Amino acid sequence: MFRLEARTSTPAWFNLALPLIAIAVTLVLCSGLIAMAGAGVIEAYGVMLSASLGDSYAITETLVRAAPMIFTGLAVAIAFRAKFWNIGAEGQLLAGAVASCAVGAIPMPGTLAMLLMALAGAAAGAIVALVPVMLRVKFKVDDVVSSLLLNSVIYYALMALIEGPWKDSFSGYPISPPIEDSANFPVLIEGTRLHLGVIVALIVAPLCWFLIARTTLGFRIRVTGENAEAARYGGINVQRVLISTALLSGALAGLAGVGEVGGVHFQVMSDISPGYGYSGIVVAMLARLNPLGVVPAAIFLAAVMTGAEAMSRATGVPAFLSDVIQGTALLAMLVALLFTAYRVRRVGATT
Amino acid sequence: MAGRPEGGIALPFAVSRIVSEGVPLSAPLIEMRGITKSFGAVKANEAVDLSVAPGEILGLLGENGAGKTTLMNVLFGAYAPDAGEILVEGRPVAIHNSADALAAGIGMVHQHFHLAPRLTVLENLLIGIAGKSGRIDRAGGLARLKEIGRQHGLGLDPDLPVSVLSVGEQQRLEIIKALFRGAKLLILDEPTAVLAPSEVDGLFAALRSMAGQGLGIIFISHKLNEVRALTHRCVVLRHGKVAGRVDHPASTTSAEMAKLMCGHEIVPPTREASTPGAAVLTLDGISTSGHAGTPLRDVSLFVRAGQILGIAGVSGNGQRALADVISGMLPPQAGTMAIAGKTVAQFSPRELQALGLGRIPEDRMTTGLVTNLPLADSMVLPRIGTEAFSRKGLLDPAAIRAFAEAQIKAYDIRCPGPMVRAGALSGGNLQKALLARELAFDPKVLIVSQPTRGLDIGAARFIHEKFLAMRAKGCGIIVIGEDLEELLMLCDRIAVMYEGRIAGTLSSADASVARLGLMMTGAEGHA
Repeated sequence: MFRLEARTSTPAWFNLALPLIAIAVTLVLCSGLIAMAGAGVIEAYGVMLSASLGDSYAITETLVRAAPMIFTGLAVAIAFRAKFWNIGAEGQLLAGAVASCAVGAIPMPGTLAMLLMALAGAAAGAIVALVPVMLRVKFKVDDVVSSLLLNSVIYYALMALIEGPWKDSFSGYPISPPIEDSANFPVLIEGTRLHLGVIVALIVAPLCWFLIARTTLGFRIRVTGENAEAARYGGINVQRVLISTALLSGALAGLAGVGEVGGVHFQVMSDISPGYGYSGIVVAMLARLNPLGVVPAAIFLAAVMTGAEAMSRATGVPAFLSDVIQGTALLAMLVALLFTAYRVRRVGATT
Repeated sequence: MAGRPEGGIALPFAVSRIVSEGVPLSAPLIEMRGITKSFGAVKANEAVDLSVAPGEILGLLGENGAGKTTLMNVLFGAYAPDAGEILVEGRPVAIHNSADALAAGIGMVHQHFHLAPRLTVLENLLIGIAGKSGRIDRAGGLARLKEIGRQHGLGLDPDLPVSVLSVGEQQRLEIIKALFRGAKLLILDEPTAVLAPSEVDGLFAALRSMAGQGLGIIFISHKLNEVRALTHRCVVLRHGKVAGRVDHPASTTSAEMAKLMCGHEIVPPTREASTPGAAVLTLDGISTSGHAGTPLRDVSLFVRAGQILGIAGVSGNGQRALADVISGMLPPQAGTMAIAGKTVAQFSPRELQALGLGRIPEDRMTTGLVTNLPLADSMVLPRIGTEAFSRKGLLDPAAIRAFAEAQIKAYDIRCPGPMVRAGALSGGNLQKALLARELAFDPKVLIVSQPTRGLDIGAARFIHEKFLAMRAKGCGIIVIGEDLEELLMLCDRIAVMYEGRIAGTLSSADASVARLGLMMTGAEGHA
């Protein structure tokens, strides 16, 4: 018989090993599904790997997909550090996309346009995140529920916009007018889609780490999240910290939308995000809420998404496998986290 | 529980054993032989032998971290020992979990209760006990509850929800629960830490009655006067080993026992005569509302520089609200407060701290520290925005670390270093850390609640000495406490709280345990 025993300390290597173990377990579990779909497991994973990270073009595609998840992953990681349960990164992303698209459609010099798009997108995301945090701070409304439900509100508001005032008058498709060409983010490597926003994402991640680890705001966020009572007793204005955290988190999620509009789609449509906001939760958990860990975690999920499509084409396994891998990875990580606090001990058979 | 008739609610302990005058005559009920348990490199228990006879109350003494709780967790099946065996009535038994322990007749009352607050007393008793064909045996449970109540004087209304019970009543329910499940041996882990003095007497009477009927009891405590009053025999642990055994606790002095526990003599500190200065903290007509617990009603008090004011009272008479008002957590509804002559305009922890107030909360683990973060973080928490630890919003990790390291050294806080998780420290070391973080900034006034609750003698002595040293330096100190002997030793004046009011204030020369005890029940007022 086995049972869990509380740990007195957690070995340091655990922090690095846990996500890797969780991913390994995920791939093993999902290999059963591949086999059921009638494909070779090794072959299928091989195709996924080569299609996502096999050559330089594949790598740039994976990075382009990783960028929005880096932003949403950071948004979730910072919010969860303060125990502000922001499940609304998806809605905040969409709000950021709409706002940046509106700004990008106005003719003005390119650099100015990109800057204003980023500001508008971040502000829009922040405003959306303000709703659940104010409801929680003022009325003790559960932030999980309010931030989650707000996603649908934002999504349908976006739909109303592109089906109504923004509808393409030539084609009749529910897509917004494109942003100005000058506002398109510059491509960094000729012949790829690797745009400026990807680099910004890679720079913002260490900045977020610095904020959490080295600033007084970061200290207050950490303390508030771990023990709000002790934070209040220690003179920290817990409500203000929660509001700051929500604004920051929403702004980061909003930037994910800005990158998609400015660097990938150049307009807004109903499927601009395939759930990047929700993937951000998986990313943040795999990263154990560490902003630096968000980058590799987002790249992993992006590789799974890019690779799954190629695998589907090559082996006939449905691309939905990518969603299963994401979900399984989250569950595996949550189980793995248990082992930071507990260890399994073998005990003799009970009488 | 398997194999026992009546779904496991029969009464298995042997009432027929001959017990006279509380002295046990028969073979051990429980025997632990050579118990060794290590956590990593730390040997929490090393070759510990211990036995309890039917009808015997055994005291298990030791400082925090001496291995008392580990040993009892081994006995109750929470940990598997690395070596050693456990015998119940002479037969070796394997105890892997609490169900095994209960089946072997071992019941434990933990420091933190395990009760379902929304369920009633009876429902809590019946949790996990299957009646006939899966139905809940309410009638049988009621009969057993009545029987236990009659036998040991442990009455409780079966239909009251647990959430309305007082702490003492909840503890009684835990004891009844253990008896209900057929415990022959009852382990009580620091049961008096949560009780008011009057409740302690009731508990002791019940325990004596149970022992008189053949139960074995292990009483864990580090309050020596209680151990001397209650137990028949004591085992003293130090650093995981048996440091000594006391065969006649009643005729052994507290000093001798303390020496066994600590390994050296403990000299109580003396409160030197002093001339107090001007009032450093004044409360005038403070009333509160909108707060869980008893509100304050027109409370006025003051403490002078170089003076220690004690606040005595049965817990729940407004002490919590008083501590919260003074520490800035609860703005009063009426009345004013002044620190060093300056009237407090805004009640917030930050404002009061800036005025020179130091604070040590009642609950160190939930209010004082952040258990999951490094100790250093908790030590700088109240001053994180100040010049000392940050500049322009950026933390100064070197300064934070240096501060924590200096305090760890100055206060002899036993820990692997400033970056260790605060929750890994023992209660005494946590209290030292909290004291260090306040005293490092020379407060003019210090408000502390239950400063030595749950601490062992050595740690408590250390805290007392620090208070007296601060008093000598001219700090005004308010100590909210329930341990009257501690208050009489430390304080120059003692105010008694009753139902949210100050029932009276005595100078320590006029005060005695008996007189304070009377005032605590509201019987005597004294200005």
